[in-house]
Amino acid sequence: MKKLVLSATILALSAGMGLAQERTIRMGTEGAYPPYNFINDSGEVDGFERALGDELCARAGLTCQWVTNDWDSIIPNLTSGNYDTIIAGMSITPERDEVIDFTQDYIPPSASLFAALSDDVDLAGGYIAAQTNTIQSGYVAESGATLIEYATPDETVAAVRTGEADAVLADGDFLLDIVAEDDDLRIVGDPVSLGGGIGMGLRDNDDALRATFDAAIASMKEDGTLNALILEWFGEDAVTYN
Amino acid sequence: MFEFCADPSTLDTAPWFACYLTNGVHLLFYQSFLTVLILLAVTAPLALAFGFIGASASRSHILPLAWVGKLYTAMVRGVPDIVFFLFFVIAIDQALEWINHQIRCPEWDEPIRQGANFLVCQAAKIPLSSAPQWVHETYNFLIAVFTFAIVFGAFAANVLFGAMRAVPRAQMETAEAYGMTRRQSFWRILVPQMWIYALPGLSNLWMILIKATPLLFLLGVEDIVYWARELGGSRTSQYSYPHPDWRMWYFLALLAVYLGFTRVSEIALARLTRRLSHGQATAGGEAQRKATV
Repeated sequence: MKKLVLSATILALSAGMGLAQERTIRMGTEGAYPPYNFINDSGEVDGFERALGDELCARAGLTCQWVTNDWDSIIPNLTSGNYDTIIAGMSITPERDEVIDFTQDYIPPSASLFAALSDDVDLAGGYIAAQTNTIQSGYVAESGATLIEYATPDETVAAVRTGEADAVLADGDFLLDIVAEDDDLRIVGDPVSLGGGIGMGLRDNDDALRATFDAAIASMKEDGTLNALILEWFGEDAVTYN
Repeated sequence: MFEFCADPSTLDTAPWFACYLTNGVHLLFYQSFLTVLILLAVTAPLALAFGFIGASASRSHILPLAWVGKLYTAMVRGVPDIVFFLFFVIAIDQALEWINHQIRCPEWDEPIRQGANFLVCQAAKIPLSSAPQWVHETYNFLIAVFTFAIVFGAFAANVLFGAMRAVPRAQMETAEAYGMTRRQSFWRILVPQMWIYALPGLSNLWMILIKATPLLFLLGVEDIVYWARELGGSRTSQYSYPHPDWRMWYFLALLAVYLGFTRVSEIALARLTRRLSHGQATAGGEAQRKATV
C-alpha cells in the first residue's frame, strides 16, 4: 500500500514538474482568519495555510503566488480564473462540491464553538453572528436562532463585543485564540460538528492540478509533517490525523 | 522601520505607536492614499475628455453621431453607479480575454463558458497568471480608472452640453459675421467661453468623484477604506502589534482626510471661478467689472 501511495506521489510530482514550466499557480486566500490565514504586520500572507501552501508547492515543484480576495466572492473569482486554488480554511461541503472541486482534507473535521459575553445567552433563539457563506451561517439559519451575517470574521466577534449579537458561531481554532486574550468573552454552549474537514478548492475541470495537490497533501500526512504543522499553529489540543 | 522596533511587546506607548504606525501594513495603507490620488489625477482629465467628446457629439449636425452622444449620456446616467461598476468591470475584462483568446488560441475546441466558469487558454489570460502581483494590481486599477472615466464622463458630457448652449448666442453670431467657419467659431469662441458656465456643474462632479473613490474597494483595488477596515479590526497576540477594535479611530481619520481634501478643493475651485469669470457676461463677471470701475 505504502509503495502504491509513494509511486502515485512520484507520478503526480513529475506531472507537477511539467505544469511548473508553463504556469504559476495563484493561491487565493482570505487573509482575515487567523490563525488559518492572515495578513501579518509586514503586509504579507501568513498563518497555517501559508506555511502549508508553501510546503505543498515545494513538494509538487510548483511556483506559487499568494493572492487575497474577499470571502464573499472567493468562489466566483476562482471559477472565473482570477486564481487557481482556494486555500482559505474552507470546509468541504456537498453544496460547494457542486460548484468547485476539493482536494482531500488537510485539517480534519473540528468543532465549531459559540463565544458570548455571558454564560446564560439563548443559543437556540437569540441573535447569533456568523460570517456570510460559511457552514456556521448555514447552521445558525437552520437552528431557529436569528442569524446576523457579517462579511469578515473579525466583524462577527466585534458584533458580540458591542452587543449587536448575543453570540458568535465560528471555527473553534479561530475563536479560542481570541477568547484566550479577552477577559469578557467566553466559550458557551456545546461544540457543534460541522463540515467534512478543510480542503483546497479548485475549478472542477482542473483535475491535473487537483491530483498534484492531493498527492502532496497525502505525502505530508504520510511523513507526519502535516500533524506537526497543525500542532504548531493550533496548539497542543488540536485534532490531528492518526 | 526603526531600530528599536525589534520587539514591540517591550515598548512604551510612544515608541510603540511610532513602530506600529510605520510597520509594513501601515506603509501599504499610506500607499493606498497615493492610489486614490493617482486615480483622481488620471480619472478627472480622462472623464473631462469623455465628457467633451460626448457633448460635442450630442450637438453635432450629423444625426447618428448626435444619437451616439445622447445615448451615452442617457444610458450611463440612468443606471445606478454600483450596477454599472460591477457589470462593466467584469464585462470589459471578459471581452478583452475573449478577443485575446480568439487571436492566440484559434485551435482551442472547448467552450469558453462552462456554467459559471469563464475559461480562456493560459496564453490569453490578461494579465498572464505568471505575471507578478503588481501587474495584476495595475491592470485592475486601469480598468477601474476607465470605468470611473466612463461614468463620470457621461455626467460631464451633460454639464458641458448645457454649458455650450449657455454661451450667449450673440457671441456665435458675431463670429459668423466675421466669416469664421463652424469649426473656427466652435474652437475660438464657444470653447474658451463655456467653462464659466460648466464650472459649477463640474466642481460638483469633482466633489462627487472624490467621495466615490471608496468604490475602488468594490472593484478589488485595495484603497484607503479597505485598509482602514483591515487595520482597525482587533488583533490577537498572533500579530506583533495586538490591539482591540480600533475601526472607529481609523474611520475617524478617513473622515478628517476626506473633509480636508474637499475643503482644499473648494478653495481651489473658488479661485478658478474668479479667474474664469473675468470679462464674462455673468453675475460674477459683472461684479468684477463694477469693482474695477
